[in-house]
Amino acid sequence: MKTEISFILNGLEVDVTVDGHLRLIDVLRNMMSLTGTKEGCGKGECGACTVIVDGRAVNSCLYPANEIEGKSVTTIEGLQMPEHKLSKIQQAFVDHGGIQCGFCTPGMIMSAKALLDSNPNPSDKEIREALQGNLCRCTGYVQIVEAVKRAARQLKSKQ
Amino acid sequence: MKNFRYIGKETSRPDAPDKAAGKAHYIHDLQRPGMLYGKIKFSDHPHARIKHIDTSKAERLSGVRAVITANNSPEVRFGFLRDNFALKKDKVRQYRDELAAVAAIDPDIAEEAIELIKVEYEPLPGLFSPHEAMKKGSPLIHETDSQGRPRTDNLVPLQYHHESGNLSAGKRAAKYMAQGEFSTPRVQQCCMGTAGCLAEFDMNSNLTIWAKTQIPFLAQRDFNRALSDMGLNDKNTRVIVPALGGGFGTGLDTHAYEYIAILLAFQTGRPVKIVYTRDEEFAYFSPRQSSTTKITQGCGQDGKLTFREVEVVQDNGAYTSWGATYPSVMMMPATSLYRVPSVYFNAQLVYTNNTYCQAMRGYGNPEHTWALESNMDELAGEAGIDPYDFRMINCNKPKETTPMGLKVSTCGLKECLQTVAKKLDWKKKSKKGKCRGKGMASLIHVGGGGRIYRSDASGLILKLDDFGNVNAYHGGVEMGQGLHSVLTLGIAEALGVRPEKVFINPLDTSTCPWDVGTHASRGAFMACNTAILAANKLRDRIFELSEELFPQEVEKNLEKFIKKNPGYKPPDFDFIKAAKRERFDLKDGSIFIKDAPREPWLSLDLGRLLRAIHFRTQGQMLATEVFYDPPNELPDFAKGFGNISSTYAYGTQGAEVEVDTETGEVKILRMVAAHDVGKVLNPPALKGQIYGALAQGIGYALYEELQSEKGKILNPNFRDYKIPTAQEMDFPVDLEFIETNDSFGPFGAKGVAEPGLVPTAPAIANAIYDAIGIRIRDLPITQEKILAALKKLKEAND
Ligand code: FES
Ligand code: FES
Repeated sequence: MKTEISFILNGLEVDVTVDGHLRLIDVLRNMMSLTGTKEGCGKGECGACTVIVDGRAVNSCLYPANEIEGKSVTTIEGLQMPEHKLSKIQQAFVDHGGIQCGFCTPGMIMSAKALLDSNPNPSDKEIREALQGNLCRCTGYVQIVEAVKRAARQLKSKQ
Repeated sequence: MKNFRYIGKETSRPDAPDKAAGKAHYIHDLQRPGMLYGKIKFSDHPHARIKHIDTSKAERLSGVRAVITANNSPEVRFGFLRDNFALKKDKVRQYRDELAAVAAIDPDIAEEAIELIKVEYEPLPGLFSPHEAMKKGSPLIHETDSQGRPRTDNLVPLQYHHESGNLSAGKRAAKYMAQGEFSTPRVQQCCMGTAGCLAEFDMNSNLTIWAKTQIPFLAQRDFNRALSDMGLNDKNTRVIVPALGGGFGTGLDTHAYEYIAILLAFQTGRPVKIVYTRDEEFAYFSPRQSSTTKITQGCGQDGKLTFREVEVVQDNGAYTSWGATYPSVMMMPATSLYRVPSVYFNAQLVYTNNTYCQAMRGYGNPEHTWALESNMDELAGEAGIDPYDFRMINCNKPKETTPMGLKVSTCGLKECLQTVAKKLDWKKKSKKGKCRGKGMASLIHVGGGGRIYRSDASGLILKLDDFGNVNAYHGGVEMGQGLHSVLTLGIAEALGVRPEKVFINPLDTSTCPWDVGTHASRGAFMACNTAILAANKLRDRIFELSEELFPQEVEKNLEKFIKKNPGYKPPDFDFIKAAKRERFDLKDGSIFIKDAPREPWLSLDLGRLLRAIHFRTQGQMLATEVFYDPPNELPDFAKGFGNISSTYAYGTQGAEVEVDTETGEVKILRMVAAHDVGKVLNPPALKGQIYGALAQGIGYALYEELQSEKGKILNPNFRDYKIPTAQEMDFPVDLEFIETNDSFGPFGAKGVAEPGLVPTAPAIANAIYDAIGIRIRDLPITQEKILAALKKLKEAND
């Protein structure tokens, strides 16, 4: 069954026709060519596909595409700033060694963003909790947690 | 010690911004016009004869462009012993066996087509334990070898053996002895980016393949061989390596799915992509080998080791990959970790009907160090010596030659042990009553290449352009470990340009010089050694050309400068006479005469000089190529002798744990890791390597295990196969880098990619023993195992 849906994608309104079984990640990667969102398991177990829907971090591999109607979706591509700049959170990952193979990175950054948007001053424990659904096989998480802490500090000092 | 401009400084990785932006392209993201999606039909039995494969329904499905089996496509053989086939014809030997494949216009159709393929089998008895498969009279998994000669047992025909010193004298001299049998499970590499490739032929029947590989050049050789198997003689493969999404050893072999994509692409005349799903990756990809190690060691009254005896049995699975050479690495700690005068080592690999195994980070070393370092604590206990003191008594030393013939250059093991003891307050016992304990374990690993192939070399091409940019072409694979970061810094440092001016080009076998592969922690060691060689060649050439061109350009500078600054009096310095090659230097991208006065007009931007070299009659562009093969030797593994690496990395890790005797849960309170890295090249990248490896070591120690029943994987997902999350890693990790400035190491550095997970499991096990007096000899140390052991202990005490 095909349905027409419209939603906000990275701040812009888009309309797409989707098949009933499509997932949000399929719409993003295949229809919108936004390949920054990664598929690591397709089962909600790794977090590589994390995007933000109406302010909440969700696994786009579990999210039925037709339920996105009227909602606002932010992907990693939506974080990029004008003039080819990275956002503060992305830059913190770059600066503090939070990135190795990079496959988990977009999902990790989206989870971190959702956390900092709702809790600008998270404790170590809260950061680890917020990221526990995002698996990373390369980093051991130490520098990722560090990056999120630094980003929080920087975002605060800006305000 | 030398003062470095970029080496050793906190620098972010050049590949990080694109990865942070979601702009790095992995195999999953690649598209080609007209591309089809390939999918594989795997076996439904672990061991069976194939009676019939019915693909007729799949062929009729709309959207399917090709269905191939061994019956309608050329036979392609591959594998370390060439005992494997892209598609199986007569027999399946594991659930992973590939029976048929389809190419379709979209992934859903490909999947549907696979479900329509029906296979009839005649099941055969399966062998799932190497000990069972070794028994005389066991059914044969391979009836013949790759030459067609009949086989009589299930042993893999590879020999790994070492004997040195006088074993019986060593045993007689031992006042104390400890023996133990230790085992390790199959674990998965769990790259977050799953396996995959994209194959495409041009109209001359040459192949281009985008592959998730760590060995692009050996893969080119393998694929070219497949092309000739397909009747495409003298055709060539171009291997392109996109962003990898993790390697950890999975890319050290070529895989059936790659050959299948090649066959499908040739058959359809269209690009074909195959990407594994996570379930497929768990169930039909090759994990780390499992092993059983029987070890006995003895020491004298003084605590000095007198002998070590080791027997290893490894479950090879159904076919043979490079992973079958694990014992070549196991031999290294067996003979050379701590000083031991007599050693016996023997390893046997056995075919079973389990999924065949392949390389994973550490390559046999974690398996072996697990046994050895657990047993060191047992022996220390027998001798009544503190485990730390015991290790110090037997500690390796710089400049020694070990029983295997390893020529140790620098060795920081003593400092590593001391650092861990200090940081862990070793002599201060953990609070008893709370079931807390401390443990440590050390490692030796190759740190200067690792020759397990007839060449251990690596090349580098540097091409300078008119703007002073340096384009680098290197055959080593950036798989996340930070190779491009250290290569960039190495080139910048050695050549004398800013890192922003260095560009590492994508890895493509048609443009990059040969490299044996990114394994054995050799990436940074090799890349930076080639960087130094290439930079020196370029500097010589630049300085030679500067003799004529530097004065000419500087003259123009001076004229301009005087025009702008009337009345300026240049210092009394004859730059024409001073323009001699040995007097030039290049730093941060500008060329100057070393002893000249520091005047703004008296130095040249590299780009400016390069343009002067280029744009004149008979002008030139500068580029250079180097090829570096390190001074090490290919050991004779059947005799167990040879200096496999040009330098060795050492390290010690310590853990403090708390064990909950009610639940069996082990809580890591803190870890200390001290590693002899030679020299720190890029601090954040290096820390990332150790932190990441440590996390893998903790998973290996406490919970990771690929469970199977009669060859079938039972936990093919992250819910049932647990890897550490940010929450499990919630304890302080203290890293300490010991800089021994190795003379073979570029800038003094040794390879360090693997060491971080090698001693983690025994360090934790030793801490658990210290906490509750229980020694688990079978990884992973799960809660259930601890509870069972506690119960047994209690029963024995009652
Ligand atoms: S891909 Fe969605 S959670 Fe793994
Ligand atoms: S950086 Fe590789 S999985 Fe996280």
